[in-house]
Amino acid sequence: MIKRKLFVLCVVSAFVLVFSGGLYAAETLSLLTWKGYAPKNLVEKFEKETGITVKVTYSNNEEMIAKLRATRGAGFDLAQPSQDRISSVQEKYQIYQPIDMSKINAAQIIPSMLKAVQLNTMVNVKSHAVPFCWGTSGLIVNRKFAADAKDYSDLLNEAYKGRVSYRLKRPTLIAIAFAMGDDPFAKYSDVNAYQALMEKVGQALIDGKPIVKNYWTNGDALLQSMRSEEVYLAMAWDNGGWKLHVENSDIDFLAPKSGALGWIDTFAIPAKAKNIDAAYKWINFMLKPENAAQFTNMEKYGTASRGSIELTNVDIRGNFQRSFPQAAVDNIKWYPPVPAKLEEIEGKILDKVKAAK
Amino acid sequence: MLKGQKRWGLFFFLAPVVLWLFVMIVLPHIDLLIMSFRIENDEGQQIWSLKNYLNFFEEPIYWLTFARTAIYSILVTFLTFVIALPVAFYITKVVKPKYQGFLLVLLLLPFWVSELVRVYGWMILLRESGVINHFLLKAGLLKQPIEMLYRDSTMILGLVYTSMLFMVVPIISVLDSLDNSLIEAAYDLGANMWTILFKIIIPHATPGIVSGSIVVFMLTLGNYLTPNLMGGKNSLWFTEQIYNQFIASFNWNQGSAFGFLLLVLSSIVVWLGLKLTRQNLKKVVQ
Repeated sequence: MIKRKLFVLCVVSAFVLVFSGGLYAAETLSLLTWKGYAPKNLVEKFEKETGITVKVTYSNNEEMIAKLRATRGAGFDLAQPSQDRISSVQEKYQIYQPIDMSKINAAQIIPSMLKAVQLNTMVNVKSHAVPFCWGTSGLIVNRKFAADAKDYSDLLNEAYKGRVSYRLKRPTLIAIAFAMGDDPFAKYSDVNAYQALMEKVGQALIDGKPIVKNYWTNGDALLQSMRSEEVYLAMAWDNGGWKLHVENSDIDFLAPKSGALGWIDTFAIPAKAKNIDAAYKWINFMLKPENAAQFTNMEKYGTASRGSIELTNVDIRGNFQRSFPQAAVDNIKWYPPVPAKLEEIEGKILDKVKAAK
Repeated sequence: MLKGQKRWGLFFFLAPVVLWLFVMIVLPHIDLLIMSFRIENDEGQQIWSLKNYLNFFEEPIYWLTFARTAIYSILVTFLTFVIALPVAFYITKVVKPKYQGFLLVLLLLPFWVSELVRVYGWMILLRESGVINHFLLKAGLLKQPIEMLYRDSTMILGLVYTSMLFMVVPIISVLDSLDNSLIEAAYDLGANMWTILFKIIIPHATPGIVSGSIVVFMLTLGNYLTPNLMGGKNSLWFTEQIYNQFIASFNWNQGSAFGFLLLVLSSIVVWLGLKLTRQNLKKVVQ
């Protein structure tokens, strides 16, 4: 009997030890974000300033939504979805909580961007995000081999057979629709018209399948294949093109004739975030001009931080001047909020394209 | 019968496992099963329906993708078997016993890194600007580099490589019990290599081959990474279809229906395989 009691005591105390360990851990911030959005030196600086440990999980828009939907908004303290993917998701699944503007240092944020994001993420008269950074999707071109590429339609151009790469995701569908002279954003509200348009785009992508080398899924892998000159023309984010331009001046980002697609990534706090204070601290920290400038220097993306652009390196400003003359800036197509149902239509089209021979 | 104290101890140690299995595996599956029988109507409410399952049969891309996945998985299983049998035979019967352990470790070695790393390794070797092309160009065998990635054949290569070990190990364990004198006697009686292979070795090794095949088939069918990374533009795999439904289309109901279809259909394929080889599951899993 004594032996048994001793044994139970041992087991119980072992359990207590294991489970109490979690309670004494330091304060942490779990961040659900895109690759590159939490550079190591900024994370270290934040940890030194606040004593909060940052735990970063890399993801993309679709996975962020799926992850938060699965836990009904738990598990992360801060997420960084694009501003157009928030309102319809929030209406349906309630995975975010409203932003408490009193905790945000709004003076640090460019007012027009803040206002646009607040408006686009408004659900039940409460906004659910503040802007962090912005960029565009367009073409990365190797001028040595594809001097004439000008628009998304060149992704389907026979001349670049086997030398083209793009993602099989919704931005590609939108881009090809624009290149066909249509306006997908205007059809967002009309499900049937949008479906018809997407089917046309899907058919074009199926016809263009012999042209494409592969559908890239990983940004670094794409840059590698452009660097090794296996791919001459790709649809990708502007910062990738600028990163490559530093190594090889033939390669650069090009704002396509039918308009680069502009996105804004945000800060949004999941509904069941545990460490909300840390989340606000991180938001204010990242939007501080000197920190935002450091982020821009490294990742080449512009931020919503007011006054940070003056602190960035000269070549960053050169990037914008080279790729975005005023006309190209005016032609940027900013993503409006995506209504529900469209993702399902697009998903089916994308499946069809991938399955086609 | 266990004595009271022992049973109590067993219960105590089993409880976490049972609890874990129930909460983390059984409950979510029940949830998914329920989800797969529901759809969202136009008003945004969830209603009961068989539509998710009907979609699979009505939309050719879905069942064609499944058929493609199953056929390629069977092909991969067969190729793995063809490569694994000589390897297993060499390790158990030909090589000196003191090298057996060493050879097994060599087989195991690639599995000490994750599948992702192995696939990237293959990609570095096979890509257009990769190692193999580089040497072929240097040796003058090629004038232009060729793209060896993003083909069905590369994908099969990757899948076979990934599943090799799971075929070799069960075959080694059955060949161990094969009496060498049977093979010697057959040679004495004038049998050639092929007769010995088909009349002695394969019949003896069948339980191992079948259990290896089941593991390889299931692993290949459920693989996501290798087809996606090495297969390129035409390589839609059924698991990717499930992923797309969950992640890209936000349609969890359809995704769970696909998941259960994968479970049922692959079980049918395994059952058919067992029937055709006249094995029963009990014997095979021993």
